[in-house]
Amino acid sequence: MAMIEKYANPNRFLRIARPLIPWIGGITLLCLGIGLYLALFVSPADYQQGESVRIIYVHVPAAWMAMFCYTSLVISAGVGLIWKHPVAEIAARETASIGAIFTFLALLTGSLWGKPMWGTWWVWDARLTSMLVLLFLYIGFMALNSAFDNAQRGAKASAILAMVGFINIPIIKFSVDWWNTLHQPASVIRMDGPSIHSSMLIPLLLMAVGYSFFYLWVLLIRMDSAITAGKIRTLRQRHAQA
Amino acid sequence: MGHFIQLVRRDLNLASRQGFDNFMVVAFFVLAVVLFPFGVGPEPGILARISAGVIWVAALMASMLSLERLFLADYEDGSLELLVLSPVSLEILVLAKICVHWLTTGLPLIIAAPLLAVLLNMEIEGFGILITALFIGTPTLSLLGAVGAALVLGSRRGGVLLSLLILPLFIPVLIFGVSAVDAAISGYPMKAQLLIMAAFFLLALPLCPWAAAVAIRQSLEE
Repeated sequence: MAMIEKYANPNRFLRIARPLIPWIGGITLLCLGIGLYLALFVSPADYQQGESVRIIYVHVPAAWMAMFCYTSLVISAGVGLIWKHPVAEIAARETASIGAIFTFLALLTGSLWGKPMWGTWWVWDARLTSMLVLLFLYIGFMALNSAFDNAQRGAKASAILAMVGFINIPIIKFSVDWWNTLHQPASVIRMDGPSIHSSMLIPLLLMAVGYSFFYLWVLLIRMDSAITAGKIRTLRQRHAQA
Repeated sequence: MGHFIQLVRRDLNLASRQGFDNFMVVAFFVLAVVLFPFGVGPEPGILARISAGVIWVAALMASMLSLERLFLADYEDGSLELLVLSPVSLEILVLAKICVHWLTTGLPLIIAAPLLAVLLNMEIEGFGILITALFIGTPTLSLLGAVGAALVLGSRRGGVLLSLLILPLFIPVLIFGVSAVDAAISGYPMKAQLLIMAAFFLLALPLCPWAAAVAIRQSLEE
């Protein structure tokens, strides 16, 4: 608990976060660089899917991050709500937009992969549909967060929404799985084939690590600028009142 | 319990004095469904195939429409603050409001649904189960909607925002509601769907009034 309260001070948080930003950026670029090189040039093309299999190296980590970001969004929103923690509230708000972008990226790359593989941009497959619903949950959170003139109220209301959404995600996932199996029995090509080989697994994991550090990097930069923007706003208000 | 009934009676009284306003939701529901034959063509086969889905989606939209007003009038004239300050727990009062919302929105929709099923040429086997599914499903919609209505209190453009927040959460009810009717029409057992919808209702019954009460308290904090 003392830990949580200690970093509620934005300045103390920034003193630790700022020196970390370049290091995290470096790790991100390193992982993504090596990962992309291995994924695009070294790893083999699939015997069925050809070169388009390489899209999984950007698609799968994006889908993982979409879910990871929602979880960390709920955790930071919860900490913000329970301990009235300003830094956690900022983290929740900034995570939402990054998570929404990851979700959109997962949908977009999935759609680009679906066109040559399934012959269509979109199928109402259970996974795609749940991702689409997740995107709506993110958009709802961001809309509610910015819908109030008082930023405090936006943070609290959207934190409650995030938790309601979190309870609902397994229910929605289960319903969508049921709905899909009922309406559309296995018409989609399954990605069975050989279990994943290390020449594909290593670049995939590197990309996943790179994505995670990328999230952390962007999150810290955005939190830094959000805190600074808040300070500027306070200074201006004080200036205007004086 | 006495306070619960008192609040239900008060809100029902208020609703009854608004006269025609109560029929607006049903009118919207009927009109939205009637638009579909114009959109997809009048062939009975197609209409029968999509009837359950169209009626359920229209019911979702219609119950959304009146949600915005659920706490707003009381929030604006200050009586919501008095309700929060009263010694009765806010969760019970929220539950009373949700009951009234269902009585004034869900129930009329259920009464209008068979007529629309006839218009859309639904198979006769689906009628009973459509009514049953609506009976189990619409209270869940009112419960979930109350959370959204409480969250948007005091925001800019509450109505549009509310639909963005709540419609994704309605998806499970929609899926099982439609699937129950479709199963009944094709002669499959539909007990599972109804039981799952009942489970959603029982899960939402304690959680939603609680979440809505938390949201109302924080909306009055400033």
